Amino acid sequence: MKALDRKLLRDLRLMWSQALTIALVVASGIGGFITSLSAVDSLALARDEFYADARFADLFAAVKRAPNALAATLATQPGVAEVQTTVEQMVRVELPGVSDPILGQLIGLDPQRPLSLNRVTLAAGRALDGAGVRRADGGLEVLVSEGFAQARGLKPGATLKALVNGRQRTLIVVGTALSPEFVFAGLWGMPDLRGFGIFWMDREALASAYDMNGAFNRIAIRLAPGASERAVIDALSRLLAPYGGRQVNGRADQTSHAMLDNEIKEQRVLGTVLPAIFLGVAAFLLNVVVSRLVATQREQIAALKALGYPNRDIAAHYLKLVMLIVAVGLLLGMVVGDRLGAMFTGLYTEFFRFPHFEHHMAPWLLLVSMGITVATAVAGTLNAILATVRLAPAEAMRPPAPGRYRRTLLERLGIQVMSPALRMIVRNMERRPWRSLISIGGVAAAVAIVVLGNFFRDAIEYVVDAQFNVAMRSDVAVWMVEPGDDIARLDLARLPAVTQVESTRFVPVTLRSGHRSERSLIRGYDGRAVLYRVVDANNHATTLEGMGLVITDRLADKLGVRVGDTLLAEVEEGRTRTVALTVGATVREMMGLNAYMDRTALNRALGDGDLSSGYVLAVERGREEGLLEAIKSLPRVAGAFSKATMLRNMQEISARNVRIMSTILTAFAAVIAVGVVYNNARIALAERGWELASLRVLGFTRAEVSALLLGELAIVIGVALPLGMALGFGLVHLISGLLASDQFYFPVVILPRTYAWAALCVLAAGVVSALIVRRRIDTLDMVAVLKTRE
Amino acid sequence: MDTSPTPPAPHAVFRAHGLSKTYGSGEVEVRALHDVDLEIARGEFVVLLGPSGSGKSTLLNILGGLDVPSTGEVWFGDHRLSGAGEAELTTYRREHVGFVFQFYNLIPSLTVRENVALVTDIAVDPMPVDEAINLVGLTPRRDHFPAQLSGGEQQRVAIARAIAKRPQVLLCDEPTGALDYTTGKLVLEVIARINRELHTTAVVITHNAAIAGMADTVISLGDGCVQKVQRNTHRLAPSELSW
Repeated sequence: MKALDRKLLRDLRLMWSQALTIALVVASGIGGFITSLSAVDSLALARDEFYADARFADLFAAVKRAPNALAATLATQPGVAEVQTTVEQMVRVELPGVSDPILGQLIGLDPQRPLSLNRVTLAAGRALDGAGVRRADGGLEVLVSEGFAQARGLKPGATLKALVNGRQRTLIVVGTALSPEFVFAGLWGMPDLRGFGIFWMDREALASAYDMNGAFNRIAIRLAPGASERAVIDALSRLLAPYGGRQVNGRADQTSHAMLDNEIKEQRVLGTVLPAIFLGVAAFLLNVVVSRLVATQREQIAALKALGYPNRDIAAHYLKLVMLIVAVGLLLGMVVGDRLGAMFTGLYTEFFRFPHFEHHMAPWLLLVSMGITVATAVAGTLNAILATVRLAPAEAMRPPAPGRYRRTLLERLGIQVMSPALRMIVRNMERRPWRSLISIGGVAAAVAIVVLGNFFRDAIEYVVDAQFNVAMRSDVAVWMVEPGDDIARLDLARLPAVTQVESTRFVPVTLRSGHRSERSLIRGYDGRAVLYRVVDANNHATTLEGMGLVITDRLADKLGVRVGDTLLAEVEEGRTRTVALTVGATVREMMGLNAYMDRTALNRALGDGDLSSGYVLAVERGREEGLLEAIKSLPRVAGAFSKATMLRNMQEISARNVRIMSTILTAFAAVIAVGVVYNNARIALAERGWELASLRVLGFTRAEVSALLLGELAIVIGVALPLGMALGFGLVHLISGLLASDQFYFPVVILPRTYAWAALCVLAAGVVSALIVRRRIDTLDMVAVLKTRE
Repeated sequence: MDTSPTPPAPHAVFRAHGLSKTYGSGEVEVRALHDVDLEIARGEFVVLLGPSGSGKSTLLNILGGLDVPSTGEVWFGDHRLSGAGEAELTTYRREHVGFVFQFYNLIPSLTVRENVALVTDIAVDPMPVDEAINLVGLTPRRDHFPAQLSGGEQQRVAIARAIAKRPQVLLCDEPTGALDYTTGKLVLEVIARINRELHTTAVVITHNAAIAGMADTVISLGDGCVQKVQRNTHRLAPSELSW
């Protein structure tokens, strides 16, 4: 080993604790980067493979009933490469001993002609073979979606009951399966593996049950290469309209695909913004530490130059030192990223179901990590390393001139009430304003990251509270097979334990204003509804009575309308009609492009009688289960769900995920806080150790000397805390803005406890760092300062 | 501080008996001081003379409470310094000792006044800051920062800082070591004046034998032992010295 490399290793050993904290900050940044991006990369890869293998369709449409012959017509449309029709039906499913309402989607498969689009992949058991279609016991053989099967513990051979066209039928599970259409299985945009299952069964049997022989009600389309999705959607919408054609959706509006896409987008944002902050802090720390190292070794550098070492070798020597430090961080980050990435992938497998889904780390990710690490290291230390090149040997042999100080800004402004100690601290900080500012920035970044990590919990609690306590005050929601006379309300009101019933009418529409249009659902509630209220992001309720159409501000933006403007609503159920509706108010909601109306006014506008499509019920406490049983026996009821179950499902999953997220970000932030505070303290100690030891000789106690040094840290942290909270607020706004989609908007709600927690974490990191440095102050060499120059 | 069992003579500021200091152990053992006895009277001007490695700095460090002897006893008045704990030694330095360093050791971020105030702020009965500055003749430069002063001026600030707490002893470690001839003499003038006017006991370390002429007592050290104690019947004024 060359002597210079030996020096490098010894230097590194002397500064191991500082090197370690820097390596940890690099590791956090790279770890976060690899965690997020490897997880979404794995997700995207699994998705792309599955979509390709299972031939995931490009467009999806539903009709009420269309003859099979129509498929041939659709196939001849320009831009259409392939058409596949199926029969599908939503049904109520019952499991023995389970009172929770379960929604099932029955999909017909032809055993003789396997699907060519959205192919079903068998996960366990056997495929439908047609032989068991006509079973003597009248049971229907089904394949069940794997997620639901696992959540409900269904194995081949298990049976369930389903209400198929008013008749109770037995479903016999023969296998579990996966479909690209249902990678994400959930209801209302929330993962719900227990409340929603897919059942593939013999097409003929399903068609017979619903009088769909020779007909279909679902269409999947593959687009020809280069075809315009918009143009094909428009053409298909026209062709399907006479058959009760409702929506033709592209992949972007396909629930499972949209959820997958959203997750990938979110993780990409988090995986980019946060590591950028970490690496920025790492670059700063490297800058401070290496600058200091070069300053203390100026005589050694001069000696090396005098001995004939070229500048190149000396610069390379320090660059090697920096590279060793960041290499440790990089390796650690890769390991952490790989582990956490695998954990995230594991969490994903619960919501996103693929035949093959494994965590993999793409080589490009490692290369990019390496690249950004090296770039960070060079960016952080270039200045200090160039200083070694610029150093003239003769000059370096002389000790550096004493630091030039001046009165602080406050003093120059006439404020004189400062103790000498405080003056020393403030003048030191003012002498190196950039370092002080960036130190404050680094600690503030740590505070902001803890705020961000815990914000998700606040936001989700807020959303849940807004959605389930403020808006939805009912306990049970019931929806009917199709809109019908409101008379069913009386049947429901008569059920035991029901204390209040309100009717709802939901109408799928396309809202048009000029050339703009958006699909939406007009939700009609009682004008003075109590059980369901339209609530804005600030939890203020809006009364619908006499308001006309109330739409979310995002929908208003998309349509380019304001209060007082008139929209055209094309009704997409029953007979086709278009009605003009005036926007009476806009509301800033957290979720969706929603539209609301007083149900009576909606019925009147549509020219319908007193129709309802669903009901919301208030139920006596503790009697929900019995009521849900009773509702099952009512005619025309398509399904019911209880708020409590939905809430429980959501909290189980989201609470855990948010806890994981918050823990990881808090740990990462602690690394930053310790990195910044500890390195600052060590550098300050190195720079001022001589001064402090002199004071010890003069009779200053350890505590007094510590206060001088740690006072600077206290000021840095003191200024950084409020700044970091403000930065956290800004970061949350930024992330929330980047994550906002048409469907969802994360409200910027940060509870005081989150700020307090962030402050506490960073303070703790500061105190720990201070204690470590304090121990070094206690061992300052007082004898040496008598004999040495600084 | 322990006040028993061997009270020193009443007129002595320092009294040491059998003082030894050894650094390291085994093969790398370095004996810095060996069996030193000494007594320094109140108001005395003492020069510790000797070449590098003679043990004079170790002795000064022990007298100043920066270090403790390996064996032997040392007393400051009726305070026993040998065996005192870190906190006691800090209090001792804070209340009784004024230090002057070879390299001044001023705080670069504080002005002349503030450097002096740094000590008066923690002292029990300090003199006014301006008075201390006046004693070293730096009143016109009292608002300057160290970087704006010459070496001699910086050393005079250090002396002002050392005497401002009205210490009983002024310990100076090579106070002229970093200064040129003229400036060095100027600094010695100040130390002599403090000793004369404030009756502060002064102990000055030097390897410059010429300085010995201004002392009451010259203690010559070599190889860690006191080799000679010489008492001057006539003290020279610093202006009379030459080297």
